Formats: sequence, C-alpha cells, structure tokens
Amino acid sequence: MMTFFLSSVSLLMATGLAALFSRKGSLIAVAGCILAAILGLIPVLASLFTSAAFTLRIGWNVPFGAFSLEIDPLSAFFLLPVFLLSPLAALYGQAYLQNQGGHAKSWFFWNSLVASMAVLVAARNAVLFLVAWEIMSLCSFFLVVCEHRHAESRRAGWIYLVSTHLGTAFIVALFLLLGNSAHSFDFNEFIRSGIVSSPAATLLFFLSVVGFGTKAGFVPFHVWLPEAHPAAPSHVSALMSGVMIKMGIYGLVRTLTFFNAYPFSWAAVLIAVGALSGILGVLFAIAQHDVKRLLAYHSVENIGIITLGLGTGLLGTSLQLPFVAVIGFAGGLLHVLNHAVFKSLLFLGAGAVALRAGPRDMDRLGGLLKRMPRTGIAFFIGAAAIAGVPPLNGFVSELLIFYAGFDGIVAGSVPVVAATVAAVAALGLIGGLAVACFTKVFGIVFLGEPRSREAEQAHEADALMTVPMLVLASLCGIIALASPLILRVFKGILPGLTHLSAAECSFRLDRAAHTLEGFLAAAAAVIVMATALVWARRRLLSGRSQTVVVTWDCGYVKPSASMQYTSSSFAQPLVDLFGSILRTHKHLEAPAGHFPSIGSMRTHTADIFRRLLFDPLFAAVQHALIMGHFLQHGRIHLYVLYIALTLLILLAVKLQ
Amino acid sequence: MAFPMDSLLVCVVLIDLALLAVNRLVTLVRIAALQGVLIGGLSLYVGGADAASILTATASLVLKGIVFPFMLMRAMREASINREVEPYIGLNLSIIFGLALLALSLWLGFKLPLPVAAASTLIVPVALFTILAGLFLIVGRLKALTQIVGYLVLENGIYTFSLAISHQSSWIVELGILLDVFVAVFIMGVITYQINREFDHIDTNQLSDLKD
Amino acid sequence: MIPVTTQMALLRLAAAFVLAPLLFGVINRTQALFAGRKGPPLLQMYFDIAKLMRKGTVISRTTTWVFRLGPIVGLSCVATGCLLVPFAGLPAPISFPGDFVVLVALLALMRFFTVSAALDTGSSFEGMGASREVQFSALAEPALLVSFAVLARQTSALSLSEMFGQVSVIFWQQAAPSFILVLAALFIVFLAENARIPFDDPNTHLELTMVHEVMVLDHGGPDLGFILYGSALKMWILGALIVNIVIPIHEISVWPDIFLFIVGMLLLAVAVGVVESVMARLRLLHVPQLLVGAVGLAILALMLMLGA
Repeated sequence: MMTFFLSSVSLLMATGLAALFSRKGSLIAVAGCILAAILGLIPVLASLFTSAAFTLRIGWNVPFGAFSLEIDPLSAFFLLPVFLLSPLAALYGQAYLQNQGGHAKSWFFWNSLVASMAVLVAARNAVLFLVAWEIMSLCSFFLVVCEHRHAESRRAGWIYLVSTHLGTAFIVALFLLLGNSAHSFDFNEFIRSGIVSSPAATLLFFLSVVGFGTKAGFVPFHVWLPEAHPAAPSHVSALMSGVMIKMGIYGLVRTLTFFNAYPFSWAAVLIAVGALSGILGVLFAIAQHDVKRLLAYHSVENIGIITLGLGTGLLGTSLQLPFVAVIGFAGGLLHVLNHAVFKSLLFLGAGAVALRAGPRDMDRLGGLLKRMPRTGIAFFIGAAAIAGVPPLNGFVSELLIFYAGFDGIVAGSVPVVAATVAAVAALGLIGGLAVACFTKVFGIVFLGEPRSREAEQAHEADALMTVPMLVLASLCGIIALASPLILRVFKGILPGLTHLSAAECSFRLDRAAHTLEGFLAAAAAVIVMATALVWARRRLLSGRSQTVVVTWDCGYVKPSASMQYTSSSFAQPLVDLFGSILRTHKHLEAPAGHFPSIGSMRTHTADIFRRLLFDPLFAAVQHALIMGHFLQHGRIHLYVLYIALTLLILLAVKLQ
Repeated sequence: MAFPMDSLLVCVVLIDLALLAVNRLVTLVRIAALQGVLIGGLSLYVGGADAASILTATASLVLKGIVFPFMLMRAMREASINREVEPYIGLNLSIIFGLALLALSLWLGFKLPLPVAAASTLIVPVALFTILAGLFLIVGRLKALTQIVGYLVLENGIYTFSLAISHQSSWIVELGILLDVFVAVFIMGVITYQINREFDHIDTNQLSDLKD
Repeated sequence: MIPVTTQMALLRLAAAFVLAPLLFGVINRTQALFAGRKGPPLLQMYFDIAKLMRKGTVISRTTTWVFRLGPIVGLSCVATGCLLVPFAGLPAPISFPGDFVVLVALLALMRFFTVSAALDTGSSFEGMGASREVQFSALAEPALLVSFAVLARQTSALSLSEMFGQVSVIFWQQAAPSFILVLAALFIVFLAENARIPFDDPNTHLELTMVHEVMVLDHGGPDLGFILYGSALKMWILGALIVNIVIPIHEISVWPDIFLFIVGMLLLAVAVGVVESVMARLRLLHVPQLLVGAVGLAILALMLMLGA
C-alpha cells in the first residue's frame, strides 16, 4: 500500500520538475497531479474503510531524523482532501492560468506543495514533519507571489512568510520539548512516553495552539489569511484555504493524541478560541467588499467551527462524557472535509467571476447568474453549504457539533453546561450571520442587474473551469447524503483522541448516525414537497397569463442598476450593530443643495488585530532591531570577517 | 423551592437587566421605583409579622415607590433634561455585560458562606447582582440623574442582601440606611437642579473639567 | 392497517395544515375589536390564498430561477417543520435526537431562499427588507437555541417529542421562573420570526418601513399564495412550541387534548392581536436590543435552573 503512496509522491515531484524545464511542462504537471491523486487515494480509502494502518520506514542520514511514514485512519482522513481537491483545482488552474498568461513554472511549486502536504500528514518523525512543513510553507509562499508584478501580491507574500515562520518557531519549540522528554523524535515514542497533564503539558498544548493555530488561522493569528488569499491565483487560494490551513488542524489533532489526559481548561480554551474565531471571522467577512477577502475571513470562521467541535470533544474526554467526546470530535473533523469541499468550490467560483467579469469589488458586479449559469449554480450550492443550511454537507457537521453540545447540556455538570451553552450559542450566532453573509455574496454578485459594464459583458467560463466546480458542488450533496456511512470511518480515528475503545466509539457513532438519518428524512421531505410544488405551480399556471415586466420600483420613471442595494448597504445594519468591534471607517460625501448631483459613500473595515496588536508589536520589534544596524555595511569582506569570527568563537567555546 | 418568593426575585433580576437596557430616563426612574416596591413587598413577605419589620418595609415602599420617583421626576422636569439616557457603554453591550455580571454573582452567591440559611438560595446572588447592576449604572452612564438611579439600585441590592440575614440585623440599621439614601437622593436632586441652572447641562463628564 | 397512533398523528398534522391560516383571522379580529371595527372575516386568509391560486403571475424580467424557487422552498421547509413539531401531546411523525436543531436550520433554509429571491429582483426596497431580515434572524437564532437548551436540560430529552412529552405540571412546580423566562424569550422570537409588531408591521403599505412584507413585493399569483400559506404554517410551528409548554397535557384522552391545544393556539393568536393593538412598532435600531434581550432571558433561565 505504501508503494502507491510513495509512487504518488514521487510522481508529483517528477512531473513538477518537468514543469520547470519543459515547454509543455504545465500539462505534464497537471496530468501528473491527477494521476498521483488517484494513486494516493488507494491507500487512503483502504485505511479509512478497514481502519488499518500502513507503515514504512527508510533510513535517512539526518540527525534525529527518520523517513518514517504511516497512513493510519487519522492521516488518511486528512489526506482525503489533499488528493480529492488538488486534481480538481489543478484542472481549473490550468485553464485559469492560460487566461492569465501562463505562469508555467508555478506548477513546480503546486506539485511540491501537494507532495509536501501528503508527506506531512503521513510523517511519523518530528524532523521529517518539520521539513515537509517548511517545504509546504515555502511552496505556498511562491504560489501566493505568483503574480509578483503586483506590489500588492508581494506585500501579501511577505506578511504570509513572516507569520508562517513565527508559527513554525512555536512548532519547533513544541517538538524540541516533546523530543526532550521522550528521548526520540518519533511520534510513536511521544505517545509511548505518556505525557500526563501537568503544567509542562499545558505549555506544550499552548505551543501547539499558537503554532498550528497560526497556520490554521485562529484569531488573533489569522492576519495573514485576508492578505494572502486575495493575492494568490484562485486555484491556489482554493488549495490553501481548502486544504493547507487544515494542516494546522491536523498538527493540533495529532499533538492531542500524544497526551494521556486533557484537563478541562484546555477544552475551555479551545471552545473560547473557536467561538472567537468563528464570530469575529464571520463579522469581518460581512463587512468586506472583495469576494476573495470575504472568503478568506470565512476560512477563519470555519476554522472556528472546527475548533468548537474539537473543543467540545476535548471537553467530553476530559470529563468522561463519552458521547460528547465522540460526537464533538466527529463533527469537528467532518467539518474539515466539508469546509475543504465548499471553500475551494467558492474560491474557484470567485476566480471564474474575476476572470470573466473583471472587478473583485462586489459592488461593481451583479446579474451574473444569467451570464454565467453553471458557475452561478455551483456557487449557489457552495454558498448554501457554507451558510450551514440543510440539506448540504455544511449543516451535517454543524448538526453533529450541536448534538454533542446539547448532550453536554443535558448530561453535564455546571461547568460543562456553561462551556457547551457558550459553544451552542456561538454556533447559532455564527450560523445566522453566515446566512446573512452568503445571501449577500450570492445576491449581490449573481442576482439583480449588473452594476458595471464589465459585469454586463461577462460570459461563462471554460468547461475545464466549470466542470471541477460542478463536481465539487455535487460532492456537497453527496457527503450530506452519505453522512451516516461516512461516520463509520471515525471509529478508526477517535479511539486515539477520546481514549475509548473502538467498540465504545462505534456504539456512539451509531446513535449519531440515527440522528443523521432523521435529518435525511426531513431533507427528503423538503425535496419531495418542493418537487411537488414545482409541478403544482406549473400545472396551475399553464394556460394563464404570465407577464414579464420591470421590477416594481414604486413608480420611478427610469429605474437604473445603480439604485439597487449594494453589499455595503446590505451589510450596514449588522456592521453598525457590531460597530464597536468592527470599527468600520466611513467616508461619506452627502449630496448637498437643491439639485444634488454627486454623493458617495465608501466603507473600509481594516483588521483590528492587525492594526491594534501586530502593527504596534512589529514596530516595537523593528525599533529594537534597528540598534543592530551598525553591523550592516553591505561590504562582503566585513561579512566574511563576521563569519570567521563566529566560527573561531564557537571553536574556542567548544574546546574550552 | 419557595415559588412566590423566587418569582419575585426573578422579577428583580429582570428589572436589573431592563435598567441596563432602557433608553429613556423616565422609564429608567419608573422601573427603579418598581424594583423598590417589589423589594419592599419581598421584605414584607420574608420578614416577621412584628411591628419593626412591617415599619421598615412600609417606609421603604413609600420612599422608593413614591417619594424618590416623584423627586427625580420633578428634578428632571425642572432641569428640562434631554430624555435619553446617553450611555458610555452601548445598550446591547450593557445587556451582555449584565449577563456576565449575573453569572459572576450567581457563582459568588453560591460560594459565599452565610451566618444563617437564607430564605431562598437565590436571594444572595440576586442581591449581589442588584448591587453590581447599580454600580454598572453609575459607571457606565453619562448623566448625574442616572447615577442617582444607580445609587438607588445599589441600595435596593444592599436591602435585599439584608433580607437574607434579616433575623440577625436590627431594623434600626435598615431605617438608618433608608434615611441615608433619602438624604442622598434629596441632596443630589437639588444639586442636579443647581448644576443644571449653572451650566445648562448635567453631563458629569464636563463637570470633571472643574477640577483644574 | 395503519396503527391508531399514526392515525392520530396524521389527524393532528391535518389539523395543522387546515387551521394554520385561521390564526391570522383571529389576530385581525382581535385588532378590529380593539379598534372598534368589525374587521375582516375570520376566514379571510383562506379566501386570499384561494383567490391567488386562481390567478396568473407577473414576473420581473430581472429575475431568474432563484426567484421562482424562493416561495416553493420556503413553503416546503415549514411544511416539513410541521412534521418535526409535536402537536397536542403525541410524538411528531419525524422525531430523533437533535430534531430541534434541524427545525432551526429549516427556518434558516427558508430564509436563505426568501432573501435570495428578494435580492433576485434587484429592487432596492426588497434589498432593504432582506438586509433587515437576515440581521434580525441572526440574533433570533441563538435565542431559540438557548431556549431549547433550557428545555433540554430540564427534561433531560434531546428531541422535541420527548421534551414536550415531559413538560408536565410537576415541572412547572419545580422550575416555574425558568419556564416563564423561556416562554418570554420564545414569544419574542415568535413575534420577530413571524414579522409581527413590535418588529414589523404586516399591515403597513410603506415599503421603507417594512421588513418581511417588502421582500415579497414582486411575487404574485400562486407564488404569493405559497408565501402566505408558508407564513401561516411558520406561525403555527413556532406557536406550537409555546403552546406545548404552556398547556402541559398528555393523553388525558385524544379529543380533549386536541381541543385544548387548538384553543391554546387561538388564545396565542388573541395575545398577538392584543400586543399589536396596544404596542407601536419599535424603531429599527431598537429591534436588535429586544432580540439580545431574548437571548438574555433564555440564558437567565438556564442560570436559574443550574443555580436552583
């Protein structure tokens, strides 16, 4: 089985290299990516359905390192989005970049990114993990600055590079401490050394939350997301937001398996972080005008939902509420897969819109559903899925987290109830706001009349772009439909997290499957009734007058497209309500005089964490480092002198 | 669980939350008065049938239900104050703060050791919450008048607290507190009126300029 | 042969589908009584729906399939909601742990489609209504969920049927203050979600001030009929949540149960009518406050329950 995996990774690397040197390289690379994904899915599915673990160890001449790979159900679950989405996004990207003038060499980084993520998830050695982590970060950096001629792209790239390395620093510290106590850098040794909860363990937990949270996008470490995602090409945003940030979640979950027990406070921290990320993510998303920036903030929101699920699971484990533990983790992990599917779908859709209609500013779009029907319907399904409305997959995972939360409310003691009610109320608020946000995106971009000439002249994207979107859209429905079956794969994953036996886990998963079946019955009822009503409406209207006129406009003589509600006006009540958090800047030029001609209003919502936390922090750091400026002269012989001196001093210290 | 008493206490909590959420000065004074009446009624319910407790309860009922609101309304009318409350902290946020304070006081209330068992488990947390709500009104609102109301609510809280241990405390103390508050409200009412006549507003923010 | 309980369940379901529009008649009659008018007939809503079903449509040329799907999906959602909510003591036809979350989500689905259909017309009025609707509902959703949390905690049940099956006189004696607070929260959500005063005035004809009615300005004919009937069913569902708590009856015997329940629903409609007669509409800025207050009431109820 590992042969399939290894050949998949090597195929990715080989075809990636071909992209660097060959003229037809991009085609080879994309084909390689697709083939590699098919190869890679074989061991993944085998592990998921049989709950088996496949291992491979190869000697490796790196201190403390070992090329130790394993695909257990947890790894397989996180490999699933990697191999599922990368070929679809690659197909789309091939057509997308063709329209953007090539960038053939970017496919080297694309394939390396996919390969590094695959190795990262399968790695069982801390050094190998960190190497893969670093390759992943660098490749994604190069992909973000793919359009390096724009200053904006370069700036976003730097912000991303700095924040990802800050996160990596915490992860390195985490693994050093773990390795120190286990006397090995092998993950299995970490587990065997049996870290019990103690102040030291809490430090480890804190390090992993900050380190992996930076990659995942926990508030307040999310600041790179709304910069990097809009700057990157759309298929890259799709892969980064759909798959790469989940590597942060994977790291956190994998770290959790190293511990023997979890204190209550960890669960409380995760629930608080999840609620904060979820609510602030969706609030900032509502205030945005740029579709891709909005989607980036929604990644923060969804990471928040995932973390709420994980936190609820942790709570159940720490206080011996097995049902809460199993279903909470299951919901959180299932949301990883779900978010990967609908978020990449939405990014691809946003890319198609940007390519065919031009402006990324929502207030200059509109009426695209008639001009881009296939993109429109795929985007609609994605929007409904991310808003968490039934019968799509986004709701299924939220339902599981709700279920776990309510079970905690019923069965738990007072602290449990406090934590779970917070989770449930936060999830409810997030759900309501997400509906607001995505009716806004879909309504403003795809419905109504076009607000600019570019939008008016938009036309449907190529088949290579729309087909991956439609596949993803149907996945949104399929995952929901198959959710009771999908739950079964968790019985191989959850024992390591909940410290319960597989039988105990599967007993609880069956109860949850019962709820999902009930939900599917309700969903089926909705669909049957809707179909019946469509038929009834057609019957009722046949032979009657069906007039088509202009929209009712209260009797204006000449309605124009600019009179429509815009995204700013749609969001205004919510933005004002949460004004104390969002601190939106308004630039208002009110119309004046008896015959007002010009009036305008612009709103801008900057990230408060960036403005109030990181900008001052980095300014202070820069101020401190300026003091070392005298060392820098730009002359090569001085630098050689520094190196020689350092070596001599080190030698002296060592020989002392 | 004593049903009528708990219901009264829940009403007191609701009034506290309403005080934080309300936007009109007149309504603010009216609900504060209602709270005074409720707590007076509560003390009649809890307290014994002896003359002293009936006297205290009646005095507080009359003062808080009728006299204080009347005085405050008069001050408001004569100073022709703007009808809005003018919060520092937004009203929605105030409710959320209020709920957090409530959780805090419930937690504190159940932890706090009492010399004697209270008539209801809720009475101490509710008293604490009323005190905190009163403090919040004093801290989080702009106008002198809201601060007087906050002070009144604070006193309501203290009075409720004394009900929890009513068997121990002397009614003289009750009357003493009541008298204190009476004088305080009286003086503040007059001062509000005077400040307004001097400066044409009762914004405490601008009063702090006087210190220079 | 259909078992007796299923027969009774179908009967109750039929009662919901038939009687829902009557609530509007009762509300209007109550208002008329207060205003000293005679008021429209009790069955006016039925006449309206019947008339609309016989008409053709007028559709904006801006619109797409989203616009036509809006009323249809909306009605299907609330009709499915009727399958989830128990009426008059008997378990609902579809009942499973966590079904109330699905109920809340069905309302969200309905909103998703109604709002999208409104934005599909490109009309600024409908955009305005849509924008307000999503704001109010985003706050109503946590209130509803926390209220369910209180009920779940008190009854140790995770499905609506079990929950309401256990709300009995004894529970009322144990935790009356909590129940009253939850009822208040649910009543606020009921008024907000059904677009009644003080949140929205269903009778106003000024587009600028409306919330829910303005979203359906462009619908006509059978579409509008679906919307009207859908809003009646929505009122019935959310009302049933309240009435199920207020009248804790089970299995006294079948017919008195159903009779009591229907009387309860009609009394609720009278209560709405009274509220509408004595209150004015809130300023839009104050609406969120009331909804945040509803969340507050529900949380307070939970705290009291935990404390007691």
